[in-house]
Amino acid sequence: MSMDSLRETFFAECEDLIESLTENLELVASHEWDTETINAIFRAVHSIKGAAGAFGFNDLVDFAHHYETTLDLIRSDKLDISGDVLRVIVRSADNLAELVDGSRIEGTPVPEATHGLIDELVQLSGATPDEGAVEEEFVFTPVAALSIDIDADPIERFEIALMPHASLYLSGNDPLRLISGLEKLGKIHVECVTEDVPDLDTFNFDESHLSWRLTLEGTNDEDAVREIFQFVEGHCDIQIDPIFADKPAEMHAEIPAADLAEPEPSIPDDKPVAVSQPAQRPPKPSGATQAVQSTLRVDPERVDRLINSVGELIINHAVIDRNLKESGLVSNSEITTALDDYGTLAREIQEGVMAIRAQPVKSLFQRMGRVVREAGEATGKSVSFITEGETTEIDKTMLERLADPLTHMLRNAVDHGIEDPARREDAGKAVEGIVRLSAAHRSGHVVIEITDDGAGLNREKLFDKAVEKGIVTADAKLSEPEIYNLLFAPGFSTAESVTNLSGRGVGMDVVKTAITSLGGKVAITSSPGNGSTFTISLPLTLAVLDGMIVEVGAETMVLPLSSIVETIRPAASDIQEVTPGEWVLSVRGTFVPVVNLNALMGLDQPNDTDSNRVFVLIDANDATIAVSVDAIQDQRQVVIKSLKGNYGAITGIAAATILGDGNIALIVDTEALSGLAASRRFSQSHEHLELQF
Amino acid sequence: MSEKTVLVIDDSRTIRRLVSQTLTDGGFASVTAEDGALGVEAFQKERFDAVITDINMPNLDGFGVLEAIRTGPSNRKVPILVLTTESSQEFKDKARGLGATGWIVKPFDDKQLIEILNLVTGANAA
Repeated sequence: MSMDSLRETFFAECEDLIESLTENLELVASHEWDTETINAIFRAVHSIKGAAGAFGFNDLVDFAHHYETTLDLIRSDKLDISGDVLRVIVRSADNLAELVDGSRIEGTPVPEATHGLIDELVQLSGATPDEGAVEEEFVFTPVAALSIDIDADPIERFEIALMPHASLYLSGNDPLRLISGLEKLGKIHVECVTEDVPDLDTFNFDESHLSWRLTLEGTNDEDAVREIFQFVEGHCDIQIDPIFADKPAEMHAEIPAADLAEPEPSIPDDKPVAVSQPAQRPPKPSGATQAVQSTLRVDPERVDRLINSVGELIINHAVIDRNLKESGLVSNSEITTALDDYGTLAREIQEGVMAIRAQPVKSLFQRMGRVVREAGEATGKSVSFITEGETTEIDKTMLERLADPLTHMLRNAVDHGIEDPARREDAGKAVEGIVRLSAAHRSGHVVIEITDDGAGLNREKLFDKAVEKGIVTADAKLSEPEIYNLLFAPGFSTAESVTNLSGRGVGMDVVKTAITSLGGKVAITSSPGNGSTFTISLPLTLAVLDGMIVEVGAETMVLPLSSIVETIRPAASDIQEVTPGEWVLSVRGTFVPVVNLNALMGLDQPNDTDSNRVFVLIDANDATIAVSVDAIQDQRQVVIKSLKGNYGAITGIAAATILGDGNIALIVDTEALSGLAASRRFSQSHEHLELQF
Repeated sequence: MSEKTVLVIDDSRTIRRLVSQTLTDGGFASVTAEDGALGVEAFQKERFDAVITDINMPNLDGFGVLEAIRTGPSNRKVPILVLTTESSQEFKDKARGLGATGWIVKPFDDKQLIEILNLVTGANAA
């Protein structure tokens, strides 16, 4: 990140702050303000001041400081907002905005009104212009000026006595770190004084009992030594004695605690902390006429609306395309060629709009590097972490919501995937395991893969475990992917013992739920002895959904493809009624509860044993249900339209969409459906779901 | 030694970027939060080696952050540095009383920020 881009951030932020400042001042002017209005005004000015300091915009800092002082008085009810006060603070806001603008180009003169306004602000706050805290805050004595005169007797060593108070331990400070800090300055001898530690029966855990005697050789920089203790002043008794060559030690080991408890004479109270020096000035742009690059900041809602419209444009193209083909036009006619161009353009627009919300996965991947390192340390395994496709961009919201599932999967890869070093050696593999995290765009999806070069998944073991846990029956015949998918069943764990690292009661089922909620899918491939690959496939945007279009009575509805396992047209004998109104479907030896979508939606109530009905197996909420519908129409992308704003939240319905023919179709909330099925309430819940179309 | 992660809480995105960049250059990872309440929320989700917080912020100010973190069950040890334009003794005393480990006055010097972090987190210990 260059300083220039940081400056852009600063100016963009200033624009926001000044906008908020102006809006809130308008509220004050129209007598519609409360304490939060004043707080917001104060904070805006305060933030501008704080950030401007980092760039060395001294005129801006100085003016903001005086402005802030007056606002602080208003904030703390020490100054009423009279007509005069209001006039000054409103004009000051304008002046502040001008100062910000002027700071963009070096050498811009301070706005004329500045000095007059400072005088007025000072008058209001009752301070004199020269005494303001601004000097105190922004002019710091450089450390060099405080250095002792090293031409005097050379310091041979420092003798330091340190006795922490209990408060030191409550402030995030740690004597060990202080000692490590000293160690960097020279050769150190440490002696811990334990004589004051009481017997166990009189031991008070809230008190500090240890003290240290330290000797530091190899440095004569007393300031550097004192700097180490800059934050513990008052949290400990400390004595730092420089011992000069040829001089006997004045202070020695036997220091009673009482002596130490005296106020630290060797640390002047007013000594500025070392950090408070002016920051290094950023390089100024050369030439006063340098063009100011501007960023455009847009309300995310507007972008979402645009994404929506573009999604519809794409769908619209598909509809025209299909109609044309059905009309029997030759494929090289002018209109089809023009339509192809239209399609290309529409997709270009879509990509452009999505890019606004997209961010590279790099930051997320970097965080994951830490997860793998920590997991490696915790398990005593040596693991190298490789990332690929860090520049792949993905929707910002998805990026945020991927952190948890990825963390879990990577921990699993290290903990369960990679073998112990000894076992790897036996297998003739490199001792260091490899975990690879990659991202790529593949046919309209973002694909994230987690690969380990460990032992791979043991199919027999997985299956036996699933049988043992009652997830499948022993005679179930499962395909390879189906067996791997058992990993995602709730409560499933392959480790013989629960480890600290990944065995925390939550399993891969949570990962799957998280990915599904993003409209994505997870697949597993594994090869014994060579490792496993978990492939997460995500849509490019949360605004579009891959859906299966189904017919339910006279209605068309959409089932999210990401939660569909398979579709079945079963024999009548596979469907059985367990209690009145409760049906189950037998799928390869397992019984799955049936949800009749027609009945649930308050439409007609066809018999599920009707041989024309189609059953869609849906995996949601860690359970499988069979949703019965009249027919399957199609499978395509739909644009998600929220119902909440325009209609209200309805249990069982996630959103709606507009189909190519202009009709509205409801998108089914599969999690809610499975919840209804699981709680066996759906026979009574028709009222909740009855809809007026 | 694995990379230390610092939680940076500041309502100014300029300062957030400035501090993050300084931290990255100094070998620390960082997570940022834009106000005190979000900062405390972030703190509860992940383990951090240090916290740097602004004082004057919406929703929950830096003193509130100190209080929230220090009253947590096992958070006495995490170093919390206050990053602020205020340098008065009264102010420091208040922050200290609430468990601040140290303070850094804005505008800050990059190198010294890193040195202080190294000191309070024990990173790069010799």
